[in-house]
Amino acid sequence: MLMISPRMASAMQEKQYTPSLLSFFIYNPTFGPREGEEEKKILFYHPSDIEKNEKIRNVGLCEAIVQFTRTFCPTKPAKSLHTQKNRQFFFEPEDNFWIVMVVRNPMIEKPNKDGKPPTIEYQEEEILDTVYGAVVRQCYSMYKLFNGTFGRAMEAGGVELLTQKLEKFFYRYLQTLHLQSCDLLDVFGGISFFPLDKMTYLKIQSFVNRVEESLSLIKYTAFLYNDQLIWSGLEQDDMRILYKYLTTSLFPRHSEPELAGRDSPLRPEVAGNLLHYGRFLTGPTNLKDPEAKFRFPKIFVTAEDGYEELHLIVYKAMSAAACFMISASVELTRDFCEQLDGLVGPQLTLLASDICEQFTINRRISGPEKEPQFKFIYFNHMNLAEKSTIHMRKTASVCLTSVHPDLMKILGDINCDFARVDEDEEIIVKAMTDYWVVGKKSDQRELYVILNQKNANLIEVNEEVKRLCATQFNNIFFLD
Amino acid sequence: MTEPPQQHYLELSENPVQFEHASSVNNVFFDEANKQVFAVRSGGATGVVVKGPDDKSSVAFRMDDKGEVKCIKFSIGNKILAVQRTSKSVDFINFIPDYPHTEFSQECKTKNANVLGFCWTNWNEIVFITDQGIEFYQVFPDKRSLKLLKNQSINVNWYQYCPETAVILLSTTVQGNILQPFAFRNGTMSKMSKFEIELPVIPKPAKLSLSERDIAMATIYGQLYVMYLKHHSRTANSPSAEVVLYHLPREGACKKSHVLKLNTTGKFALNIVDNLVVVHHQSSQTSLIFDIKLKEPDCAVNTHQPVLPARSIHPYRMPLAGPAVVPSQPPVPCQLYSSSWSVFQPDIIISASEGYLWYLQVKLHPTVNLLQDKGKLMDFLLRRRDCKMVILSVCSQILEGGDKGSLPVVATVFDKLNQVYKEYLEAEQSYTVAMESGPSRGSAAQKRPVRTQAVIDQSDMYTHVLSSFTERKEVSHKFVIAVLMEYIRSLNQHQITVQHYLYELVIKTLVQHNLFYMLHQFLQYHVLSDSKPLACLLLSLESTYPPAHQLSLDMLKRLSTANDEIVEVLLSKQQVLGALRFIRSVGGHDNVSARKFLDAARQTGDQMLFYTVFRSFQQRNQRLRGSPAFNPGEHCEEHVVHFKQLFGEQALMKPSTV
Repeated sequence: MLMISPRMASAMQEKQYTPSLLSFFIYNPTFGPREGEEEKKILFYHPSDIEKNEKIRNVGLCEAIVQFTRTFCPTKPAKSLHTQKNRQFFFEPEDNFWIVMVVRNPMIEKPNKDGKPPTIEYQEEEILDTVYGAVVRQCYSMYKLFNGTFGRAMEAGGVELLTQKLEKFFYRYLQTLHLQSCDLLDVFGGISFFPLDKMTYLKIQSFVNRVEESLSLIKYTAFLYNDQLIWSGLEQDDMRILYKYLTTSLFPRHSEPELAGRDSPLRPEVAGNLLHYGRFLTGPTNLKDPEAKFRFPKIFVTAEDGYEELHLIVYKAMSAAACFMISASVELTRDFCEQLDGLVGPQLTLLASDICEQFTINRRISGPEKEPQFKFIYFNHMNLAEKSTIHMRKTASVCLTSVHPDLMKILGDINCDFARVDEDEEIIVKAMTDYWVVGKKSDQRELYVILNQKNANLIEVNEEVKRLCATQFNNIFFLD
Repeated sequence: MTEPPQQHYLELSENPVQFEHASSVNNVFFDEANKQVFAVRSGGATGVVVKGPDDKSSVAFRMDDKGEVKCIKFSIGNKILAVQRTSKSVDFINFIPDYPHTEFSQECKTKNANVLGFCWTNWNEIVFITDQGIEFYQVFPDKRSLKLLKNQSINVNWYQYCPETAVILLSTTVQGNILQPFAFRNGTMSKMSKFEIELPVIPKPAKLSLSERDIAMATIYGQLYVMYLKHHSRTANSPSAEVVLYHLPREGACKKSHVLKLNTTGKFALNIVDNLVVVHHQSSQTSLIFDIKLKEPDCAVNTHQPVLPARSIHPYRMPLAGPAVVPSQPPVPCQLYSSSWSVFQPDIIISASEGYLWYLQVKLHPTVNLLQDKGKLMDFLLRRRDCKMVILSVCSQILEGGDKGSLPVVATVFDKLNQVYKEYLEAEQSYTVAMESGPSRGSAAQKRPVRTQAVIDQSDMYTHVLSSFTERKEVSHKFVIAVLMEYIRSLNQHQITVQHYLYELVIKTLVQHNLFYMLHQFLQYHVLSDSKPLACLLLSLESTYPPAHQLSLDMLKRLSTANDEIVEVLLSKQQVLGALRFIRSVGGHDNVSARKFLDAARQTGDQMLFYTVFRSFQQRNQRLRGSPAFNPGEHCEEHVVHFKQLFGEQALMKPSTV
């Protein structure tokens, strides 16, 4: 399939507005079925300073749309509503609980002569349902990771507790949503795996097994290096959301002190002991502090009988991070933390430098010629592995991409096309900006390539992508 | 307190050599070279009975009583008997059939010298040791004469002979502590460098201070050592006795190499069993064992403590000897560490008064519970001869039951086993390479490496340890997986190719506990190496774990020798076009069976697909043979008919005219 994307309109004096969050609310229509009780349906509403009646109206509207569209397709309720100014996303994560996110469409403000107010042009086609639909689902997953289901809060403390929890969680969380930089990667919600040789990987296995044996309280362990996953004892879906939390929230928050303290020993207080760089990212910042609290964040993961609640201990030494998960029914003590610190700190420090060394060696062997000059995104639905040479390092605030949003939009479009059919396919798009965008789908894998070859023709582009597959993906079964 | 029986790690051989015990009429001699016991009755007149380690070396004969026998020994292979009756000469009797049987005699060449003894170094070569030197002779049994090959003058106090290496050690000087070794080989005698034994006290005035009883020679780990039993002395600062080992290389200087700490005093005797130095202590009736290769972390270099706590030799019961044995009579316990025992190198204990010769043996099973440090235990066991089953049982023991070891211990044990395993594989490989490159260039020295019992390979571990361990219900699966991964890690660390059955064991365990995501991660990092059997195993898991399909295809692709299998997999999934594209991308399109693809395409019921595949093969035929028609050998007739039915005759590709 060959498509031509519309040329981007741009003029210096125009002002461009990116998509932004207008409102975000959660309601349950069964909580206030009678007239006059509508407010009871609303469990959370952002922004909170909106007038009550308007909240009720907005919720009512959503309720009506969902109800109305249900008559057409009872099994697939409405997912989004497109309007000129904004787009609404509906998501029912648990029976009768609805999450709605309203996003203002990107727009261009064109100044008018003669002091007339500027004309506003809404670009309602520029945002993708798949991307923001995924963002809403992620919001819920993140809430669930730290609080369990809505139903759980209801059982424990009724609506009162639920609204409290929602307020507490989403107040902070919504501030970290950066809708302007959401893209295909949010749709995938993938995990970046750290490339590693077999031997070092086995050493990590050995480390994890030994720690779990000596500290038998530990139920699950995850191991990351450079913000990339190496080992997960958790199931895939739980790891997916925990990974998201670690890489977009916890790690970025702790990266600065680490960069500053690399040269000087981080912990002069253990000078007499075996020197190591291990420290807790969750829980106590300083073990020696007599006032230190041994409280860790709690997370909820799926278990055979529903879910289980766990303490999340994240412990880091240099670039290696280990997450230890312990049943929340156990109270964690200073003794335990000291024991963990003493056992894990030196080993993890050693392992981190081992991995670093191996990584440098491998890099040197593969050489710069193997580093692709291609920009690509790869995703495998089977193991959620994602790899992107388009995205810069994620930071707490933004996810930087190195390509124009227009191209990212094309990637998203191709992805939607892939989602529609089961079969393998390939789509090549010539963008107006002289870029070629290629999407390939083979079994459960998707690959998106952006080529900047002005005068290339279709055949050459095809050849180029084949070459990329041969060098980058030669060890997997990826049909040409 | 009585020790549990399994604590005795030394025992006397079950089938001792029995001989007529020493008495006033029966003199008993032992020849260390042939390991024969001579029972000489009345100077030989009433018979000489020779008992060897096996029946072949046992002989009985008579000889004339020509005076008291001082020493009697056969040459190697029982060819010639040498008897010393006086201090001046040695007598010889031929035992070679058809040779004259009359005795002949040889007097020592050195005037006024006394013959201390003699040693056979070959079937026809003999060395006389006199108090003034040594004389090396060749014996001509046919001529009933001897020829002096070489002699050496030197004052000798006493001598020792090590038959294994054919080395004679002479004690010289007044104090006796300067030892001079000579080596013999094929008619040549070579003087080795002499060395001094450090005496605990230098006596004044000088007198013979080094006793023959305190020196023994033996080969340990293929090297010749002189062992010196250094008694404690109140004057010197040595609170307890020790055994000092001097390494005696074929060439070069002899060096003091090891010190074995006995931590007690008294009367001792030495044996070498399975390269272990066994020290018997008479007063406590116990023995100690030392392994000179076992490094002691908390001792100075080459100072050794006993490997195990002191234990007595396993109690031994003697069946009543003699013709009148009453069957109901119980065997009598043998008195161990008796003062009538004589100990010979390397592993012989003789009770002349009772008429027994035993070989001392090490039992490895009891050592398992005596040595708590499993790493050290493995080091110890891996150097023993019959170690395999014991090692495997130790492996089982640390994985199962109450004595379960921790993962670091398990890892240490695996690493030690695989170190030995790898050394063997490397030796085997370099041997193969040397053989392939041809035995022409100086590679005569290349010997096929011997596979000792210490080489515990993957199939041993699988059969005797891992397969039963993984099936044990009471062991947590977490531990099972950790152990298997630890073994795989250790193999990888030693660059040993892991056999696929170990991977299958891992997969089986993971699948049993529904740990598919773990399995997926292992495969993702190629921890479970690619192989066709593994890929097939994964395919079979697809119904319970769908991603196994992708994992399997990836693996087949990486193998690059499994293109046919990939096609089969794709066709079975009705991915006919995918299969076609794949086979084309690997350049196998020209050789595949068209029928297989057409069958699959037809089965899908997709007419357009069938059309596409059919036309694709017609094009191939055209390209290969200049005609779109199928060959009869391809058996595509029914598909051609089907095609015509669906699309009509005219849709068939016409032979190109170009």
